[in-house]
Amino acid sequence: MLTKLTATAALLLGFCTPVLADSANPKDWDDVLEQARGQTVYWNAWGGDPRTNDYIAWAGEQVQAKFGVTLEHVKLSDTATAVSTVISEKAAGQTAGGSIDLIWINGANFAAMKENDLLFGPWAEDLPNWSLVDPQENPALVEDFTVPVEGLEAPWSMARVVFYYDSARVSEPPRTMLDFLDWTQANPGRFTYPQPPDFLGSTFLKQALLELVTDRTALYAPVTEANYEAVTTPLWEYIEALTPGLWREGKAYPQNGPAQRQLMADGEIDIAISFSPGEASAAIANFELPDTVRSMVLEGGTIGNASFLAIPFNANAKAGAMVVADYLMSVEAQLHKQDAAVMGTPTVLSMGKLTPEDAARFAALDLGIATLSPADLGPALPEPHPSWMERIAADWEARFGVAR
Amino acid sequence: MRLSWLPLAPLLTITILLLPVGAGLAGVLAPAFGWFPALGGTSLSLAPWRALFAWPGLSGAVWLSIATGLGATLVSLAITVMICAAWQGTRAFGLIERALAPLLSVPHAAAAFGLAFLIAPSGWISRALSPWATGWDQPPDLLITQDPNGLALMAGLVVKEVPFLLLMTLAALGQVPARRSVLLTQTMGYGRMAGWVLTVFPRLYPQIRLPVYAVLAYSCSVIDVALILGPTRPSTLAVQVLEWLSDPDLSLRFQAAAGALLQLALVMGLLLLWRAGEYAAARLGCTCVQMGHRMAQDSIMRAFSMVLALVAALAVGLGILGLAVWSVAGFWSFPNLLPDQFTWRNWARQSGGLSRIAIETAVIGVASVLISLALTIACLEAEYRHRLRQTNRVLWLLYLPLIVPQATFLIGLQTLAIGSGLTGMQGAVIAAHVVFVLPYVFLSLSDPWRAWDARQGLVAASLGAGQGRILWQVRLPMLLRPVLVAAAVGFAVSVGQYLPTLLIGMGRVTTLTTEAVALSSGGDRRLIGVYALSQTMMPLVVFALALALPALLFRNRRGVLDRG
Repeated sequence: MLTKLTATAALLLGFCTPVLADSANPKDWDDVLEQARGQTVYWNAWGGDPRTNDYIAWAGEQVQAKFGVTLEHVKLSDTATAVSTVISEKAAGQTAGGSIDLIWINGANFAAMKENDLLFGPWAEDLPNWSLVDPQENPALVEDFTVPVEGLEAPWSMARVVFYYDSARVSEPPRTMLDFLDWTQANPGRFTYPQPPDFLGSTFLKQALLELVTDRTALYAPVTEANYEAVTTPLWEYIEALTPGLWREGKAYPQNGPAQRQLMADGEIDIAISFSPGEASAAIANFELPDTVRSMVLEGGTIGNASFLAIPFNANAKAGAMVVADYLMSVEAQLHKQDAAVMGTPTVLSMGKLTPEDAARFAALDLGIATLSPADLGPALPEPHPSWMERIAADWEARFGVAR
Repeated sequence: MRLSWLPLAPLLTITILLLPVGAGLAGVLAPAFGWFPALGGTSLSLAPWRALFAWPGLSGAVWLSIATGLGATLVSLAITVMICAAWQGTRAFGLIERALAPLLSVPHAAAAFGLAFLIAPSGWISRALSPWATGWDQPPDLLITQDPNGLALMAGLVVKEVPFLLLMTLAALGQVPARRSVLLTQTMGYGRMAGWVLTVFPRLYPQIRLPVYAVLAYSCSVIDVALILGPTRPSTLAVQVLEWLSDPDLSLRFQAAAGALLQLALVMGLLLLWRAGEYAAARLGCTCVQMGHRMAQDSIMRAFSMVLALVAALAVGLGILGLAVWSVAGFWSFPNLLPDQFTWRNWARQSGGLSRIAIETAVIGVASVLISLALTIACLEAEYRHRLRQTNRVLWLLYLPLIVPQATFLIGLQTLAIGSGLTGMQGAVIAAHVVFVLPYVFLSLSDPWRAWDARQGLVAASLGAGQGRILWQVRLPMLLRPVLVAAAVGFAVSVGQYLPTLLIGMGRVTTLTTEAVALSSGGDRRLIGVYALSQTMMPLVVFALALALPALLFRNRRGVLDRG
């Protein structure tokens, strides 16, 4: 794989030096630490969430103190900006000294970068802290939306679909997608989802699809012309029925998850979807939601995936980037992140691989008033292949987004 | 021949502006026809155009862009003209001027956020009336912002463009003997407004034509305001192009390039349409004059124009006040008029980064304004000294960056910048800002500069002053007010730049605006409040200086400014 990547890159760019020749080798960790000292790592990560920003700033202080690595958070409003930057750099022939060292990425952006040979690696499985994760227990760590990770990105956070609702206004929240239909008909205008192709909105469609299809196996392979129609028909019938009971009767949608959260805070809606089990608790602590908000999941499980860190092929500080990624997978960093007062997101680490003392520290964490315990979260459903998400989002756009 | 380089100034300026625009356009033209080797596009084809026209929302998006572009420009110009016609030369006009001028420095995004919070069903107006008057204890399910006809979007544009056009009009009004003309028409029995529109406006309009064109192009291709207030099913063409550009499916970039070219064509078409409208309006004016109606009863219209000015000022002012309250808000539930709790935490959390970013914003703004001002004055002075009247037409090219939609050429420009290894540096960002700041500075300054009474120069020359001395000791002091206003406008433009800073700075150069937009994607009104306020304050201070300095410097020589 590596040689193929190198050869392709060399061919494409007309360079004869192998990509890895002048950069860090993850197999030799001491050398990586040596090289990393004094490097500045530009981490391109979505900057729309102050809690995540604060956490990244905290991590920056830690890696500075521990490894002498300076971490600069480049705040993006859209991760695809970073992808296009790498593309532009490649188009301009900049094969080294690129401006991005680390990207917070997953799903379709990863698939696109992997397919276009824009990533450095493999490196993730050589990180010292990789020994603390268990891909067999948690397959989402090695398959990003069914696309094999192959060591090209390291996990730093887990995500799960949950719904949060205001218990002061809703006593019995719906527990299945079909329940949602009845509930919106009884309570018109009090539920909505972010407008696809927004990530969270598309996730709502996928969650509905997973419940509505009779056979899920087709969703875990690339979509085909032959099966698309038959597989998605129940979804479109469902959305068709749901739309009139949505907020603004489906004539407008919040543009993303945070905008949806603002609607919740303004009392415009009663239930919202989230990809972070700790979001409601953290938002209550941040004055963004009333303290009567609680979380819930659907019967039969909800979609779960991992958030990853990748290094572009032309990154300037590859060693520093690997050190940062390794630190973010450490017990210390993961504990801090799962603290409800910090971010409240589930860890990527496997409790079985930790020392009993460390596992106890995770068990002792206060998750927050509106966060479900790992047991209450129920089973995690793997992400369908990214081609489904792209196709469904585009189809939604044509059916409900623009053509009416 | 000390200043022999001066005749080259226009050429230099045009090169500085056109090179990036040209390179950027080339960078978009190629992918629009299928050529983008880094993405596997190695043959020319019409496939991107077919994909664009197959997009089901295209006609809706195009009509929306046309409607907002024309609608916002027409309404803004109409309000500006009404205010001037009704009140110019009165004490009330000074009040309107003072109320509206600061709005110019409010960044578009901040104004739009403020407006959205005012008019939304869960917004301030609704809160003020609930539940005692409306009976609402939860917000009504009404489609106000994001309405399919783009009315909220147009409103958001109008409240920002009226102050711009008004300030441009003010800068130009000094060159038209407005008071005498209106007085004359009044002695002939015309109403004040009719007299102004029929005699002052025809002479004024050529001087504000380019600002009007800039408003038209901007309104048609705006992104940030449309994201906040515009409809989403579909959104405007420009927003859609940006969405395609940021889609993880990289093949959509071809379609985005085609869309960007369509956006360019749209703007060009609208400008032609507007030009035709100018002739029609002129004919209509002549007909009016020939018919001889005096339209003396205009007190209702005058009052109405005052109301419009106040509504525009209040919409932005209250919106910013709303953001200010949000910036210190704890939890704030509907229908409470004020937050349930207050806290400084939102500010305290940001304070560290804020001052560093504010300094970087100021450095970039000041540098790009100084460069722009120097180039502009060199061009205008060259034109004046060397009688380069023909450059007038060439200088129209200056306005290309304002007319070519930003998204159309900035992506190509980024590729160019990376190729030369210039990205991520403050200098490169300043250079990119100059491309957008210079036209506005030129736009603000050129008409007052050209309309300067050259006989003042003749008098100075007859007293023995050289060209340089005339410039520094006569012309610049007399034109200090327009020069400073131009600098303030340029500074506000620089502070408001998002795409150029992001794409050329590669995220390593952060300004208040890139930070605010990144945070605004998180939708937290508290943080938006903090950054929008900081972002507003900075140009506001500069504007205050621009208005106060001339009066202060020439407090004993008022006549200098009155003739400038």
